[in-house]
Amino acid sequence: MTMTPERQEVAVTPPPAATPRRRRRTPLTWLRGGGPANLFFVLPMLIVFFFFSWSPIVQSVIMSLQKTNLLVSHWVGFDNYVAVLSDPELGRAVLNTLYFAVLALLFGFPLPLFMAVLMSEVKRGKGLYSALAYLPVVIPPVVAVLLWKFFYDSSPNGVFNTVLSWVGIPPQPWLSSAAQAMPSLVLEATWAAAGGSIIIYLAALLSVPPELYDAAEVDGAGIWRKVWHVSLPQLRGILFIMLILQVIATAQVFLEPFLFTGGGPAGATKTILLYIYDKAFRNSLGGDYGEATAVSVLLALVLAVLSWLYFRLTDRWSTT
Amino acid sequence: MTATTPPARREGLRAWLTARRENRTSVDDLSDRSIVSDAERRRPGTRLGMRVVHVFLFVTLVIAGLGPILWLMKAAVTPSQDTISQPFALWPNGIDWANLSSAWNDIHIDQFFFNTVVIAAGAWFIQLFVATTAGYALSVLRPAYAPILNALVLATLFIPGIVLLVPLYLTIVHPPFGIPSLLNNYLAVWLPMAANAFNILLVKRFFDSLPREVFEAAETDGAGPFRLFWSIVLPMSKPILGVVSVFAIIAAWKDYLWPKLVLPNPAVQPLSVRLPDVASQTELDVFLAALAIATLIPIAMFLVFQSVFLRSAGLGGAVKG
Repeated sequence: MTMTPERQEVAVTPPPAATPRRRRRTPLTWLRGGGPANLFFVLPMLIVFFFFSWSPIVQSVIMSLQKTNLLVSHWVGFDNYVAVLSDPELGRAVLNTLYFAVLALLFGFPLPLFMAVLMSEVKRGKGLYSALAYLPVVIPPVVAVLLWKFFYDSSPNGVFNTVLSWVGIPPQPWLSSAAQAMPSLVLEATWAAAGGSIIIYLAALLSVPPELYDAAEVDGAGIWRKVWHVSLPQLRGILFIMLILQVIATAQVFLEPFLFTGGGPAGATKTILLYIYDKAFRNSLGGDYGEATAVSVLLALVLAVLSWLYFRLTDRWSTT
Repeated sequence: MTATTPPARREGLRAWLTARRENRTSVDDLSDRSIVSDAERRRPGTRLGMRVVHVFLFVTLVIAGLGPILWLMKAAVTPSQDTISQPFALWPNGIDWANLSSAWNDIHIDQFFFNTVVIAAGAWFIQLFVATTAGYALSVLRPAYAPILNALVLATLFIPGIVLLVPLYLTIVHPPFGIPSLLNNYLAVWLPMAANAFNILLVKRFFDSLPREVFEAAETDGAGPFRLFWSIVLPMSKPILGVVSVFAIIAAWKDYLWPKLVLPNPAVQPLSVRLPDVASQTELDVFLAALAIATLIPIAMFLVFQSVFLRSAGLGGAVKG
């Protein structure tokens, strides 16, 4: 399609100079108006987006309505959706993911904010503290998980159990118990993520207009009331954005459960993404792609709403 | 959490922060007044409080931020037995430097590290190439169909990557037009990364902010679209190219699931994919040494380019997204 205009250019003569009020689009005007150059610059994007974004999106909707084994596929209507929605294992995975998300909010949301407020107040050492806080983010996630997996060793000589023994707490089973596995994953994820959030909150805190603090002082506000009535309300927007981003990210959590526990013990850490992965890729002979994409599409619909909200908010806040 | 949050997502935040900062009337407003006023700082109670805050921050951040890394460095040169029985003892039975060379030579960290570098370099190049050409077409050349393309690209921002996982994998295994399978080919990692709408959005917005008069002047002087792109637009866009580069390289460095799926052959796998697989077949001390080596390089890069990293993480006033 892209080449035809150039080829036609020889055959098609420009329309007779009938001085049309609006210039008609012909291959020649296209050529003279920089059409080939435009095409050259558009083409890379067009190719990669067509093959690796637009077409897979359409395909995933189609595949979710089919039974596929790579060679032959036939339509099955909404059977895949019915199958996964009535699968108790998916219900379990959704609950596990929600549990991860709630724990991540409880651990991971107030902590960076608290650290950022303290860091915004120190006169010297902000740079050092920022760098220290950001170090865990720099460690490759896979390395961090593998290292923590060793820290979580459940023997009395395990790294964390040794630390606990210093304060007289008996050894904990960590990853090997169904009850403690998920909190352990969240603890590592929080540690790995906190630095990035701290840096963002710190930047937001430092951009709070100082007049507001001056005004609060005139009204007799002390330090705590300034934090509560000036800083936090000023951070409301960014806090909400970070909340949405965190929910979007935790809904797709994969690395921690996959590498720490593989979904165990007894399915206690099997998240939605792990469920999709197992359906599609666990069996090396070819997975149940139809059901896997059905779950992906459902998850994508939920997350698309959140993304839309996120972009609306950032868009509004960046212009006002 | 962040392990899965693309840093690019946060660009929106930065635009917002920048906008806020620009609302200030003068540079003096950027004075270091924060929550606690200077008068309050002079009070003895607050002084003591600030000292406590300093100690608390220092101790917490050293333990949480530096602690695990220091422990890993120590464990990397400690025999397995000592690490297992006394994880916090400092070399009760001597230092075992051989761990490092075993990790480098026997687990072939060197080779997987090289693979990681190749993947990151390719991902960097192709993302920059696609984002700049597309941004130039959509912002400067603006063919008649630009608005449609723009909308189609923006729409993909709302689709989370996970929905693409299976169909994208099948596209790689059975590419169209009779192209042989791209499994174990780095193109399978590079090409999907290039279809990144956020990069295009960032670059396009930056190009939009460049002064049009410069382009018109160049055109009057006879510069064609290619000359304008290479000699005018790109040199004016170094800040945004830096941001896209940092995002691209970090994303490629950290990626796990996708390279694991499309690079099943261990010989071409990057470090992140290889490390979990060698864990079970390697002695603990050598494995920890391998982890230490894999950590040192990103940390060294962070220490050298600290300001770029921290700015990309959210501080940036320099970039107007």
